[in-house]
Amino acid sequence: MNGFDWDWQFTLEVLPTILEAAKVTLMATLLGSCLAIIVGLAFALLRRSGFFLIRFITYWIVEFVRSTPLLVQIFFLYYVMPEFGVSMSPLLTGVLALGLHYGAYLSEVFRSGIDGVEKGQWEAARALNLSIFDTYKDIVLPQALRPMIPATGNYIIAMFKETPQLSAITLLEMLQVAKIIGSENFRYLEPFTLVGMLYLLFSLVAAYGIHCVERHFPKEGITLK
Amino acid sequence: MSQPLIEFQSVEKRFGDTVIFKDFNFSVEEGEIVSIIGPSGSGKSTLLRILMTLEGIEGGGVNVAGEPLWHKRTPNGLVPADKKHLHKMRHHLGMVFQHFNLFPHMSVKRNITEAPMRVQGKSKVEAEAIADELLELVGMTDKADMYPNELSGGQKQRVGIARALAMKPAILLLDEITSALDPELVDEVLDVIRNLAKKHSFTMLLVTHEMYFAREISDRVCFFDQGAIVEEGEPEQIFTAPKEERTQAFLNAYMSQ
Repeated sequence: MNGFDWDWQFTLEVLPTILEAAKVTLMATLLGSCLAIIVGLAFALLRRSGFFLIRFITYWIVEFVRSTPLLVQIFFLYYVMPEFGVSMSPLLTGVLALGLHYGAYLSEVFRSGIDGVEKGQWEAARALNLSIFDTYKDIVLPQALRPMIPATGNYIIAMFKETPQLSAITLLEMLQVAKIIGSENFRYLEPFTLVGMLYLLFSLVAAYGIHCVERHFPKEGITLK
Repeated sequence: MSQPLIEFQSVEKRFGDTVIFKDFNFSVEEGEIVSIIGPSGSGKSTLLRILMTLEGIEGGGVNVAGEPLWHKRTPNGLVPADKKHLHKMRHHLGMVFQHFNLFPHMSVKRNITEAPMRVQGKSKVEAEAIADELLELVGMTDKADMYPNELSGGQKQRVGIARALAMKPAILLLDEITSALDPELVDEVLDVIRNLAKKHSFTMLLVTHEMYFAREISDRVCFFDQGAIVEEGEPEQIFTAPKEERTQAFLNAYMSQ
């Protein structure tokens, strides 16, 4: 076997297995995104705390997480944490690592979104005696949301494309499964090409989805009832 | 003798190295309508912003309704106010802003019901009843479901007034509420304030550049310059026979425009 000979029979044979693995990839991305958004928001709000120490500590946590490779964090959570009595499945570890890592990136996006809300809005909220919680929930975050959508979307797509790193802790995501198929059949062309195409397809769909969300999102923000 | 409702005692206020107030004293009686006039940068708005707890003070004290605003009484004397104390004190005050600061993502009605619902824990029905009443008062009943960006400046400001009134403050602070409006829209907003002044026994503190309005509505007019009250008195006296040279110069410059 040399050169380029695409085997359609083989392609159709392995496609279901790879699609099955795609579910794991999508699951890790979805759960990771949810966690990243929660973590990012928490970091962003802590960075605005009235207490210097909280701001300081949060700043360094975010810097630390952003400045160390995702793979190191994944390895640390998977291989080192059990020594402290915390063992997690590959999927849970992956979700946690992705959530934390991208949460650190997203916290910067959220922070600038919150900073972009006019000072007068904060003042009006204060003059009306709203609590800090209600000010964020009803006034600031609804208005900060729209400008955050494109950057958040980009990070989620970036996260999706980094899920193969989770193969390093034996998570059976798309790339890992493709590699196994390849080594079992001595054919790598079809499985890897399929994986690449699926990544491209999902990314394009996601990018379009984000674009739609942004376009249809009210300019002024949304109101909770 | 009754205690003044608002009292500034030797207040000191700085922005970095810039001194705004130094040993500043000022008081307002309950039910009094006081206009503050003067050149920009003289600390007029800062006075209102200190009262609304949007700006802190560096020295002295402010009393509202006999209680320190920026401090809390403890058995060991006064300590800087905590959140809870400021929250309590803010109930006395309401503010209308120069640039309206309406919540753009909320309907007119929702702008007004937000604080009664969240702060006073009123039900939606109760809060909307308050909003309906206030919208009628400011002549905006038919715009209840519109959004701020669909309104003219004058309409926005009338909503701003209704929003501040929804919390039933004893003191209403009006910070240059017509300065950002096109001239033809000024009167509809001032009419609302005229009405309020007639029908209700508010204490009002207004910073304004509308001299005729200040003259017509106020019990007292204060001329501010460089963080101090240069002259104060009844509107007739201030506008027809100002004693201080600086007041005369300011009013002359204004009237000749």
